[in-house]
Amino acid sequence: MDKTSRKKETDDAYARWLEEYDESKPDKGRKFMTVSSKPIKPLYTPKDAENIDFDRDIGYPGQYPYTRGVHASMYRKKSWTMRQFSGFGSPAQTNERYHFLLKRGQMGLSVAFDLPTLMGYDSDSVRSVGEVGVCGVAVDTLKDMEIIFDGIDLGKISTSMTINCTSTILLAMYIAVAEKQGVPSEMLTGTLQNDILKEYIAQKEWIYPPEPSIRLITDMMAFCAQHVPKWNTISISGYHIREAGATAAQELAFTLADGFTYVEAALAVGMDVDTFAPRLSFFFNSHLDFFEEIAKYRAARRIWARHMREKYKAKDPHSWLMRFHTQTAGCSLTAQQPENNIVRTAFQGLAGVLGGTQSLHTNSMDETYALPTEHAVKLALRTQQLIACETGVANTIDPLAGSYFVETLTNELEAEAERYFDEIAKRGGVLKCIEQGYLQREVADAAYRFQKEIEKKERIIVGVNDFVEEDEDVKIPLLKIDAQVESDQIASLKKVKQGRDNDRVKSTLAALKKAAQAGENHMPPLLDCIRCYTTEEEITSVLTEVYGTYTEPPLI
Amino acid sequence: MERKFRILLAKPGLDGHDRGIKVIAAALRDAGFEVIYTGLRQTSEQVVAAAIQEDVDAVGLSILSGAHMTLFPMVLEGLRRNGADHILLFGGGIIADSEIQMLKDTGVSEIFTPGASTQDIVDYLNRVLPKIIKDEKII
Repeated sequence: MDKTSRKKETDDAYARWLEEYDESKPDKGRKFMTVSSKPIKPLYTPKDAENIDFDRDIGYPGQYPYTRGVHASMYRKKSWTMRQFSGFGSPAQTNERYHFLLKRGQMGLSVAFDLPTLMGYDSDSVRSVGEVGVCGVAVDTLKDMEIIFDGIDLGKISTSMTINCTSTILLAMYIAVAEKQGVPSEMLTGTLQNDILKEYIAQKEWIYPPEPSIRLITDMMAFCAQHVPKWNTISISGYHIREAGATAAQELAFTLADGFTYVEAALAVGMDVDTFAPRLSFFFNSHLDFFEEIAKYRAARRIWARHMREKYKAKDPHSWLMRFHTQTAGCSLTAQQPENNIVRTAFQGLAGVLGGTQSLHTNSMDETYALPTEHAVKLALRTQQLIACETGVANTIDPLAGSYFVETLTNELEAEAERYFDEIAKRGGVLKCIEQGYLQREVADAAYRFQKEIEKKERIIVGVNDFVEEDEDVKIPLLKIDAQVESDQIASLKKVKQGRDNDRVKSTLAALKKAAQAGENHMPPLLDCIRCYTTEEEITSVLTEVYGTYTEPPLI
Repeated sequence: MERKFRILLAKPGLDGHDRGIKVIAAALRDAGFEVIYTGLRQTSEQVVAAAIQEDVDAVGLSILSGAHMTLFPMVLEGLRRNGADHILLFGGGIIADSEIQMLKDTGVSEIFTPGASTQDIVDYLNRVLPKIIKDEKII
């Protein structure tokens, strides 16, 4: 059969299928759309993939444009890092949980701090009442970090810290704990979230206005390039943007736009792109729409590589490749029938792995109620171990490449992100868009649309608006944070303040203020403050005097 | 005089999770309520002052940080101290059933938890508010 008649036969077959295909009475009256409300076709064929060029768009793992993954050998050589985000109550309780997880095969640590620590307040602040140790572990001074990492060799473990507006303080504490353990800062490995832009867009933990906040970040990038070279200085995060209600395309676009903003900020202070770009890392959500998520990760790597090489002229391939952490979607979990969350999380974890993540946190089933119990977090960790060892998905690299559907979705998400980049540029960049509330409004609108779809039953959430168990009585054990934690923490802070050299605290704080006013790198004087047990709030108070504070105009 | 119900929505404490409260604000507005949103990180004093100044019929608090057992009573106490306990206090968040009962016992009118529909909240306010505001005609 010649080429023309073969094509005719294919076209005829397609036409026959189209004729037979019936959309008049969809199953359960469903709308065929992704979790981002993106319409999906009933069938994808080679026609959809016509414009895809294998070498240009897909290629090989470990090679530009990295669509298939950032390493040539991916999980066959090294599994993703199983890293459960945890921290609660007192530093001693958190230390105990870390030893529990490490004994059960967890490979890296990820610290969750409480809200006062995240926001720069000490445990004895009037703003901290009721919040100490509740969402994470309470840290006021270096003493607390010494307890959290007691018996854990910082020269051997990698640690991720979810901390943003106070990130440089916590990094300085980590470096100081390492000093006490005799581990030089050059050996430290880990990640600081340190992504202030997404705070203004989604997570909303800020102290200073955007400009000085970015200044603190570029200080820290320059300091790490010299003294903590293996540290991932920013984890540019889409996770929280997604949790706030964004679609997959918005998560992708706003996160990468934030990334480009940091690159431009560092270039503006005179850094060479190849000195800092290899230490930038990313953090994405894994929501429930399996293929859309996988396509999102693939598109993200390709967009980053293309922009870093073509637009920002990075020459080192390490600057082109996007490494990322994934966490399953907390916002997808339900309080109803909480055991169902184990299943949701397993699908989401699988999508993260098929999308080529470098590390993964799988949520625990009880997290719509509280921080997880030991039992729940162990199940979540086991879920990852099952994916890695039993499902076989890690046997081959990027197994969904070449799928007409996945490649089409990958292209469409890239195109949607590019449209957002144009819109953001037209509005004057990310900072201007934050100021105007544009990004926040896009996310809030998507969140409201999603909620309306649920209420109209255009979208089914098992146990919430269908398959509901009447008179459901949820009986799962929950972790309780004892109110005693707050008073104990305040007492221990008092003791630290009594035992330290208060003159030295004053003089190091004065030096920090002077450096901030002079526009010098604040990291070295900050480290001096930390070493003499200056508290977090003493530091943020001084920096607030220099930089001022940020207030968000309430937008609804 | 005809008027709409006025609702103050507030995020007290340090919690920054505002997806829920924004969805509620949009839904209440679409359902015909007048909605005032305080923005983030309000102290209980600020919430009480805003409620009185805006002369609202109800205050809705959203707390997802676990500090609800501290913050709800603080706002309630502030309303009482300022002679504004005619204002209905309701809220939502990650709150266990046993704690909901404790909050209701202290005077919080209703608590909505994850999975509640915005329609549930609209219906609740439309049912309860006319009972406490009798003198005026509400549209």
